[in-house]
Amino acid sequence: MSKTRTISEKSMSERVSTAIFIALVVSFFLLPLIWLLLAPFDSAPSYRLHLSNPGLDNFKEMAQNPYAYRSLINSIVFSAGTGLAIILVGAPASYVLSRVKFKGRDGFLYILLLFSSIVSGSAAMVPLFLLALKLNILDTYHGVILVLTGGLLPAAIFILKDFTDSLPKSYEESAQIFGASSFRILKDIVVPVIRPGLAVIFVWTFVQAWSNFLVPFIVIRDVNKQPGAVMMYSFYNEGGQAVIRTVAAFALLYTIPIIVMYYYVNKKYGFRFYGGIKG
Amino acid sequence: MSTVTIKKITKVFPGGVRALDSLDLTIKDGEFFALLGPSGCGKTTLLRTLGGLESPTDGQINIDKEDVTWKSPGARNIAMVFQDYALYPHMNVKENIAYPLKVRKFAKAEIEKRVSQAAKALSIETLLDRRPGQISGGQQQRVAVARAMACTPNLYLFDEPLSNLDARLRLEARTFLKQLQRELGVTTILVTHDQSEALALADRMAVMDKGQIKQVGSPAEFFHRPANTFVAAFIGSTPMNLLDGVVRKGVIEIRKTRYPVPSSIKKKVKEGQSVVFGLRPEYAAVSKAGSKSGFTGKVRVTENLGTHYLVTVDCDGLLVRGTVPDGNEPKIGATVSLKPDSGRVLIYDKNSGDLI
Repeated sequence: MSKTRTISEKSMSERVSTAIFIALVVSFFLLPLIWLLLAPFDSAPSYRLHLSNPGLDNFKEMAQNPYAYRSLINSIVFSAGTGLAIILVGAPASYVLSRVKFKGRDGFLYILLLFSSIVSGSAAMVPLFLLALKLNILDTYHGVILVLTGGLLPAAIFILKDFTDSLPKSYEESAQIFGASSFRILKDIVVPVIRPGLAVIFVWTFVQAWSNFLVPFIVIRDVNKQPGAVMMYSFYNEGGQAVIRTVAAFALLYTIPIIVMYYYVNKKYGFRFYGGIKG
Repeated sequence: MSTVTIKKITKVFPGGVRALDSLDLTIKDGEFFALLGPSGCGKTTLLRTLGGLESPTDGQINIDKEDVTWKSPGARNIAMVFQDYALYPHMNVKENIAYPLKVRKFAKAEIEKRVSQAAKALSIETLLDRRPGQISGGQQQRVAVARAMACTPNLYLFDEPLSNLDARLRLEARTFLKQLQRELGVTTILVTHDQSEALALADRMAVMDKGQIKQVGSPAEFFHRPANTFVAAFIGSTPMNLLDGVVRKGVIEIRKTRYPVPSSIKKKVKEGQSVVFGLRPEYAAVSKAGSKSGFTGKVRVTENLGTHYLVTVDCDGLLVRGTVPDGNEPKIGATVSLKPDSGRVLIYDKNSGDLI
């Protein structure tokens, strides 16, 4: 009722001008995406929106670069590894922080969050490098995963704690009275109920790690171990010109895993949350 | 089916709050027992301590002869129904009822049998495939009870199981719960802040205040002979008249009103003792002025209670409440007298607050 009234109350010209404005904003963001879809199949891609002699030549040329495909596999290893590490460490940590009250807990959480942006930020570049050097994890997969995990963990704990906070305590207490062990409660009750939250965190971590340039750039020396985000900056010819054909093809491949994963996770777990049931 | 014995249970929370103060209580086998009290009186803490969710600072809890004070909740063979029912949202009704049995490693066939029995007893067979979020509050409550029932515990603990239901449903659920408890015959402890719930459901009940038990007894005893002024003021749909008075020469002086000391307690009161005169409004009949015994004053307020009117009378600055049948209610400002039903007058000691 009220919806139809608000529409009829708005004047026609107002609606038209709103639509035009939105169309302009949308096209501004849409053009690069269209380029991303067209350029990889263009025989002579440039910075314009253009498609001639569509084919897969650009991908074939990209395959000539021995490191290109390999780098995408590396990206998956880094991102999935970081995602798993975050879930394994972050879920128990946030559960404890949600259930055990101690003095200054909230302050502690906010300080954690503050650190989060420092650890993976450029301010910590030099100390991070030195730390990685001393720990002897330079140029290793786990080195990158550890640094990324360290950087993303506080924010992940912060978000996950919110999910566990909304899990009613009575769920665990009733299970306790039925005789379930702590581990059983975590496995049967807590994890399934906050699973959508875990899925959100996994996807978020995955995307963050996937697009992170700085950390693998500092930690990885060996070109065989470099992820896509770093590889992207190496597609130059001898003259220092960007090889647009390779860049375009690579860019498209680089975005696909994120989209596929988002779709899969959303379908399987759903980005929804049960929360408590109200009577 | 068990007897629960609570000996000198004390619970002090970090920060110094004394939720339970050296409390003794025995709950008999098969009894429906209600713990009643204002919020913060410790009733929920007592229930949680019985369930093992809180550990007492001092004291001992026995279920039958066994000391369970330090046993884990799961080892006590009890079932608890929570205020929010604590149904797991990711399991359907059937899985919810089966969960405690699964935890206790029952055989699959036995689980099936018990789930269908419990579902039948609570008429929720048609809901077994639904998720808790898809059923109504009343149905959720039944599922929670079914889940507790399927475990065949020795003791049921109910933590305000009816307070999340709307008023009509609550009455239905109350009758149903009482009937179910009779059939099962399992000792049940109910925590509630709603006295009508406690009075209606319980075989025996206890009123708590500040971590201590103020009175234990049957609902009728609570209504007719509250053991102290706290219980007297707490129990009853209309607040009891509690009037300060002094004993002088065989009569109780309450301002200008004199009331003879009831013969049953004549030997127990001393000359000059400060007492509290207790009388339920239901037992104070309002009539036109003129009767000699009782309170006389002007009508301040009349409240319609359906079949009766509650009349507040100003007797020399003291507000006394009485009742009058519907249709005979006096006008505001009229002078009336209140005649106490002599058998229902309760005299309390002013200092201790206890019934004399």
